[in-house]
Amino acid sequence: MTALAEPSWTRQRDDRAARLARAAALPGVRGKAVDADAVVALLEALLQPGDRVCQEGDNQKQADFLARALTQVAPARVHDLHMVQSVLSLPEHLDVFELGIASRLDFSFSGPQAARLAQLLGAGKLRIGAIHTYLELFGRYFVDLTPKVSLIAAQMADRQGNLYTGPNTEDTPAIVEATAFKSGLVVAQVDRVVDKLPRVDIPSDWVDFVVQAPEPAFIEPLFTRDPAQISEIQVLMAMMAIKGIYAEYGVQSLNHGIGFDTAAIELLLPTYGERLGLKGRICRHWALNPHPALIPAIEAGWVESVHSFGSELGMEEYVRARPDVFFTGPDGSLRSNRAFCQAAGHYACDLFIGSTLQMDMQGNSSTATLGRISGFGGAPNMGADARGRRHASAAWLKAGRESREGVPGVRGTPRGQKLVVQMVETFREHMQPAFVETLDAWKLAEQAGLDLPPIMIYGDDVTHVLTEEGIANLLLCRNDEEREHAIRGVAGFTPAGQKRDRAMVERLRARGVIRRPADLGIDPRDATRNLLAARTMRDLVRASGGLYQPPRRFRNW
Amino acid sequence: MAGMESLSFTFDGGRALAPFAPTLVGVVASGNLEVLVEHAAGTGCRIDIDTSARGFGGIWEAVLRDFHARHRAAGLSVAIHDMGATPAVVSLRLDQAMAAVRGATP
Repeated sequence: MTALAEPSWTRQRDDRAARLARAAALPGVRGKAVDADAVVALLEALLQPGDRVCQEGDNQKQADFLARALTQVAPARVHDLHMVQSVLSLPEHLDVFELGIASRLDFSFSGPQAARLAQLLGAGKLRIGAIHTYLELFGRYFVDLTPKVSLIAAQMADRQGNLYTGPNTEDTPAIVEATAFKSGLVVAQVDRVVDKLPRVDIPSDWVDFVVQAPEPAFIEPLFTRDPAQISEIQVLMAMMAIKGIYAEYGVQSLNHGIGFDTAAIELLLPTYGERLGLKGRICRHWALNPHPALIPAIEAGWVESVHSFGSELGMEEYVRARPDVFFTGPDGSLRSNRAFCQAAGHYACDLFIGSTLQMDMQGNSSTATLGRISGFGGAPNMGADARGRRHASAAWLKAGRESREGVPGVRGTPRGQKLVVQMVETFREHMQPAFVETLDAWKLAEQAGLDLPPIMIYGDDVTHVLTEEGIANLLLCRNDEEREHAIRGVAGFTPAGQKRDRAMVERLRARGVIRRPADLGIDPRDATRNLLAARTMRDLVRASGGLYQPPRRFRNW
Repeated sequence: MAGMESLSFTFDGGRALAPFAPTLVGVVASGNLEVLVEHAAGTGCRIDIDTSARGFGGIWEAVLRDFHARHRAAGLSVAIHDMGATPAVVSLRLDQAMAAVRGATP
């Protein structure tokens, strides 16, 4: 009779030790320091088939050197990896599937790679577990998608392996925490190795290997909007947002999307907002990356605080000079953190406003279009009522009252509600209608075999639809028919808009469910670019006192 | 001009405007349009359009019908030079022109 084997409770730790021992034997690996040309061998020593691997692909910062190295491992040794990463941004992020190194994927956003991802899925090169929001994916890192190996990016390391992630900290703390504390392995690429770091963002005993990359990690300036490209329609819509929603509800804390529509709002605060006497009454606290378009409002004293998901290229010195507004370290530079800022945007903000490509007549919206699997990043968390929120504010209470007035039973239980505003021009470029009877998302779900249509923001979370034709306040709608015609009533001359019941739309207007610019006392002659606090990139630089240094491609003077 | 489409619409009803000086708003540029509003004898509202975007007659009619319903103005003639403006821009320009004609805030 054989004795039962002693149960082991340290298999993960033992496995980690074995992998570390394999790595330690490699030439070019001295303790935590790894030579750049030894990285492929290091990855082959650390990785085993089927491993769950997180590559730091953020919204902005990319562990690009490590991503390239991962495409060079031998597929005979390393295959069937399960990639868990928030953003698929670089071609290398998909090359690993094409090369047979990885076969499974769980992610949040694939913007620039969305079309190729759809092709690879169609060709059977990978299986998608799920498309998540950022917070949701980070959550699963700590539950059932914990990485075995994480490949991350930092600006600097010291000789002990402490890391300085600098302004673009982004996802790094969430990834490292999940990996390092569950017997995983963390490999960091850094731009430079120095004797003393400006500050420690990640302590060295959470980091196993550090390699200095030949080139600094790629960072994309995603949030820079040239004011020269803001249209008069966007100015008109921004006026409506400020007067018809921000002022109406007294919105104090908010998150903006990244489009030109919301950049126009930021640039109208010190002009139009000032004229309406709203300074200090709205827009004091922000969950927002350091948008250059916010500079004039900050300089005019509108903004008390900004916490950021990531940073923005060119804003480093400006942020450093405004520590009362931004979250900065003892070294003076920005500390961003995507997980915390997503939590802040979800639970601590009264309002989210953003744009979409399509909205249906129930108010469901999606940026998914045929042939592209893009995901939505943080938008679903920003653009959803926080059902767990318990602290009150005037804006939150008013929205809650409007949607529950006269509603009996459990659905009428008094509570607040987040303001979720979809700001869309009725026609996009090339006369593509933004309002449709059926979202492309349904067909995409069928094509890609998804469990559900990829809806970015659900109609029952949307409180206001804002177009050039007016504002539809969906909180005041009492049934699906009213909601449908409130949306059609601001859908302009799109086919969906022309199918409106005109009598019902006029009744909704009389009740204030629909409000036109004229109903808000907005003079169309004011809707000119002269109302923008900055009309060019150069104006933004000037407003910052020369502290903002736009990337070269935005410098046109 | 080659490639341009000309459209013309007439709407009846509404209040005749007192005579006013010709009013021009907007510019002829890509995605934009120029609107010239002039006083005209009679009780009609005549709108002539030259547009670079062919095949949108149905939407023009809806946009202009809506404009006429919004302002209920008669005794005027409107000339539009369009370079592919969206309906949003067309409506904004028309409203800006009428605000200037009336010389008052709405």
